[in-house]
Formats: sequence, C-alpha cells, structure tokens
Amino acid sequence: MSTPRTLFDKVWDAHTVLTREDGAALLWIDRHFVHEGSHHAFAKLRERGTKVSRPDLTFGVADHYVPTRGRGSPIPDEGIRRMVDQLAENAFVHDVRLFGLDDPRQGIVHVVGPEQGLTLPGLTVVCGDSHTSTHGAFGAMAFGIGASEVAHVLTTQTLWQKKPRRMRVTVAGATVPGVGAKDIALSIIAAIGADGGAGHALEYAGSTIRALSMEGRLTLCNLSIESGARCGMIAPDETTIRYLDGRPFAPKGEALARAVEAWRALPSDPGAAFDREVSLDGAQIAPVVTWGVSPEDALPITASVPDPEAAPDPGRAAQIRDALAYMDLRAGQKLETIRVDRVFIGSCTNSRIEDLRAAAAVLAGRQAQVPGLVSPGSSLVKRQAEEEGLDRVFVAAGLDWVESGCSMCVGMNGDLLKPGERCASTTNRNFKGRQGPGSRTHLMSPAMVAAAAVTGHLADVRPLIAGRVP
Amino acid sequence: MTPFTTLTALACPLPLSNVDTDQLIPARFMKRSRAEGYGDHLLHDLRFDADGQPRGGFPLNDPARQGARILVARRNFGSGSSREAAVYALADYGIACVIAPSFGDIFASNSVNNGLLPARVTEADGEALIAALDRGLREITVDLEAQAIRAGDLALAFAIDPVWRTKLLNGWDDLDLTLSHAEAIQAFAARDANERPWAAPARDVS
Ligand code: SF4
Repeated sequence: MSTPRTLFDKVWDAHTVLTREDGAALLWIDRHFVHEGSHHAFAKLRERGTKVSRPDLTFGVADHYVPTRGRGSPIPDEGIRRMVDQLAENAFVHDVRLFGLDDPRQGIVHVVGPEQGLTLPGLTVVCGDSHTSTHGAFGAMAFGIGASEVAHVLTTQTLWQKKPRRMRVTVAGATVPGVGAKDIALSIIAAIGADGGAGHALEYAGSTIRALSMEGRLTLCNLSIESGARCGMIAPDETTIRYLDGRPFAPKGEALARAVEAWRALPSDPGAAFDREVSLDGAQIAPVVTWGVSPEDALPITASVPDPEAAPDPGRAAQIRDALAYMDLRAGQKLETIRVDRVFIGSCTNSRIEDLRAAAAVLAGRQAQVPGLVSPGSSLVKRQAEEEGLDRVFVAAGLDWVESGCSMCVGMNGDLLKPGERCASTTNRNFKGRQGPGSRTHLMSPAMVAAAAVTGHLADVRPLIAGRVP
Repeated sequence: MTPFTTLTALACPLPLSNVDTDQLIPARFMKRSRAEGYGDHLLHDLRFDADGQPRGGFPLNDPARQGARILVARRNFGSGSSREAAVYALADYGIACVIAPSFGDIFASNSVNNGLLPARVTEADGEALIAALDRGLREITVDLEAQAIRAGDLALAFAIDPVWRTKLLNGWDDLDLTLSHAEAIQAFAARDANERPWAAPARDVS
C-alpha cells in the first residue's frame, strides 16, 4: 500500500517534471491566464526575443483596467486605454486567445475561467494575480505569481516551486440563513491571521464546505490568499462535476468520462497527513464585517470595535491603534453604528450570479440610503442577471448597474472612492487606499452590503431576510 | 542576477504590521514600464501627503535614514497582491534586504527573483532590531551564507527557505536553468498529453 496522499499532493505529484536536489520542483502548468497587468512579463519575452511556448494553454482576459461605463466608445483615459490595447496587442502577437473588451464572454479572470470550463479539477492554474487561488474551488492547484514567473511560464509552460506544507481547515455544521461563504472565509482568516496560512496549501473540508455551491466555494478559495496561503483547494464532488457539464472548454463525451474517473480519485485519502489542522463550527458563524485595514480585522456584526488597550501584545495594540485612526473609528463603538457613504457589489470574490441574487433578495422593494455600484463578474453573469430581472431590483433601489470588470475592487479603471469615504464592499482587501487614496473599506458578503445599503450603516442582514430567503 | 552574499548597509525601521503590496506601490502607479523606474513611488501614500509633500514622522523621510538599503518591519510584510512592482519599487529605491517576522508568500518569491533578500526573524528579534534602530543604530550586516544578522551588540539568526537561499547566493536566473531541462519538459508534456487527454481545453468552441 502506498502512503495516503492529500488532494494537494496528488495534483503536485502529477505535475512534477523533475525535483532538484534542494527540493525545488519544476511543475507543469495546465492553464495560464494573463491580463492587462501582465505587460511586464510580455516585455521580458520581447527582450529575450522569445514567443509564448503554449498559446493553446494561455488565455487573456481584459479585466483590471476596463471601464465599467461607456463600453463601445473609445476609452477616454489615455493611460488606461494603453493598458487595454497593450494586452490585445500582446495576445495577437503571441497567438493567445483573448476575452477582450468586446467579447460577450469578457469578465474578471477568476470568474471567466470557471464559467468557460477552463478551470478543471486536478489542474495547475496560474495567473499574475494573487486571487488565482479562486480556481482551487474545483480541486485545482491554483496560485498567483509575479511578473518574472509569468514570463517563465509563458516561455516554458513550467514553474519552479518549493512544496508548501499542508493545512486542513474543517468547517462542519449547518450555517444559518444570511451566512455564506464570505462569512466562513472571513471567520477563518480572523481565526488564523492574515499570515496564518503562509507557507501552506489549504484544503477546505467538512459538511459546511460540502454544502456550498460552486459559487460559494469560489468565494471561499478566492480568500485563501488573504490568510497568506499559497493556495486553497476543495476536493471535487458531484457539485463540481455537475457545474462543469456542458461548459464550453470543459471535456465532453469520451474525454469527460475519463476526466470524471480521474477526478473521483483526487480527494485526500483517508489517513493522509496534514501538517496543521484547524476546525470551525459552521453553526456558530454569524454575518461578519471587517473594521480595520487587514482582512484579519474581522468580527461578527454583533460585536464592537476592539480596544487596543485590551490587545494581547504591543505589536497588535499598535496595529489596532493605527487601523482605528485610518478608519476613523472609536474603540468600543458598536459595529452596527458605523455609517457608510457608498456600497460596492462586485470583484472576483462576490460577483457571480448567486451573489447578485443574495443582494437582490435584500434590496427588493427597498431603497438604498447611499449611492453604490453593482458590477457583475462577467458579461455573461450580467446577461443572466438581466434575464432574471435582478438589474431592475438594483436600479429600483437606487444603485448603478454597470459593466463587468475589477472596477472598485482595485480602482485601476478609475472607479474610486473619494478620500475619507467609507464603503461597504463585497471585495477582498480592506487595505489602506485600496479603493482610492484615503478610502475606507469594510469587507462583507453581498447580502450584508445590501443590508448596509438599505440602512445606511453596517447592519445585520438576518432580520432583513426573514421570510424572504429559505 | 547579482549574487547576494553579505550586505552591510544603513537600515531603516518600518514598525508596521501588514505592510501590503498596495502600500508598497499603489495601483495607480503601475502603468509605467520598468525602465521608467518605480523607486520614487515606493510606499507613496505613507511617505507623501495628498499634496505630494513628505510626511514628517515617516521613517523613510528621516534625513538620517536616506540611502537605507535594509528595511526592518513587523509581521506579514508584502502581503496582498502578486504585483512584482512592489519589489521593483523597493529595489529601485535601493532596498536589497527586508527583515520581518513573516512575509507574503508571493512577495517573498518575487523578491528572490529580483535578488532582494526577505529575511525572517522571530517577533522578539524583530522588536529588538527596531528598538536598536530607534536608539540610533545605523548599520546592519546581513550574512546570507551564515544566516546571521549583526546589529550593534545584537547577533541574531534569520530564516530563509533553503531553495531561495541557494538561488540568492548563486544569483541564479530560473529561466536559464529551466531551459537546460528542455528535453525533460518535452518528454513530460508528451507523456502527460497521453495520460490526461481531458486536461487540454476542449477544441470544439469558437
Ligand atoms: S476583482 Fe480585484 S482581486 Fe479580483 S482579480 Fe480583479 S483586482 Fe484582483
């Protein structure tokens, strides 16, 4: 009998071209996504005079800089236009398929990959974007890489990696209505810290995880990077296989049958060893919001802003003090009393159809007290939402319904908060200035953002959905 | 790449946790090419106020710390996005080594790919270094071979993954190394295409 292996080990082993004496392994890469930000890597290829070695495994997506308004007319900002054009040029020169600005499949790379069936269980997936961890929801080994590594993959379709340690995060128990993948993810990050996953590949397991839809799993794995983990994975199961059925780039017929056979062998073997185990009670998880400037600064909405005087050590006390000053909050203030200026629903974390449905369920028949933006994760999600009438719910509530892109998650396209503005946001980073210089971000689920929109302050969504969602 | 062996240089304390890559290089500065340089935008919004004036209390603006090549920070330095521009900003500013209790994984690997050493110390040692710098200590010596830091009277050890240590010590460029394995890669790809035909993107789409 061979040693029991984890899901991660199985994928790692299947992709190891060779292992160096010092332990570094050269891994084969199955899917490589590039976006506007990949221009540094293409410049490196130009310098070396090389071409993309496997354009058939490389896919371009315009998302980081794309405008969310006025599509179809030229991009007014010259710098932004250059970024989008540059990607199209590089894709053309290197014969890479591009989901560009005018493609009906355009959207955020981590939404488009799964939606198109490009992301499959057991694959290695990389992209010059840290939230590539998203694709781990399928049981793929997916992680973000820097420009030097992007150039390396473009040139060789391989990447040197040192093997991370394995950590299993088990969440068991039924969550209450109003609590979803975002709350689970933020609770995990709050428990282990923003560097708690550093050097580890995470595997999410347990009944709470199994009960999540693919959309929920994508949200959870997306946030793996916010705990510092190399990647986060969920073993494929019937939910995964059902999701992939009929997706454009997913295997079909005979190939699908062979794939499913391989996928069913992927889950961690009983008795497989993890370097670290963490567990959470799913039933105890409440809707969560962040109050500070790191995703680890997360608390249930029923809690109060922490007091630096009560911090366990001086480093943490300094961090809390700094966060409170930046966020303009008082220690001991009830989270529910924090007023917001704006809301944002979007980003690769929470912009899929289910996210939009969850927000719309809260907003239906109600008025937003503050302005806000809803940017669907892809142009296909946008179309589906419109078919379901969700766009009308958002617009009737007073929110702006715009095109798909990274938008206010990172503000590269010009969708920004004003200095000092406070935003309830479904994104993934509440870093200082992430949504524009001086911006203040509170992370939460789409349902919780909708709750903040209709009340004008951070609010518990649970009473607002009573009788509305099962 | 230039090998990293020993560095003796002016050090600057940065007593902050979670200095993320959005702090190191705000997104709005990432459109430029590398040739234009990223150093003037390092930690831009912490270094400069809304009018572009240097912020008085910020350590990197201390006249006594100009030309620093070593940064000493608190935990989770370089967390966040994969933007290698964060490392370009540090490197172009002149920083060759960051000492902290923990680093963002992607940031650390980007650092190593640019010859910048991410040296991990214990929280206690990190605090001791920051305190020594606050008391006026200027130079720190970082010895990668010995994984040792000397800072005034302090003699500390630091940790770094052995793979990264070897790479920095030798100044290796991954790409050249990989291209020397071209045959093994080709053989792998051929075998793999046979074993996992389903892994190729389906072709019957427009
Ligand atoms: S939505 Fe935000 S986190 Fe996601 S890929 Fe775009 S910029 Fe990155």
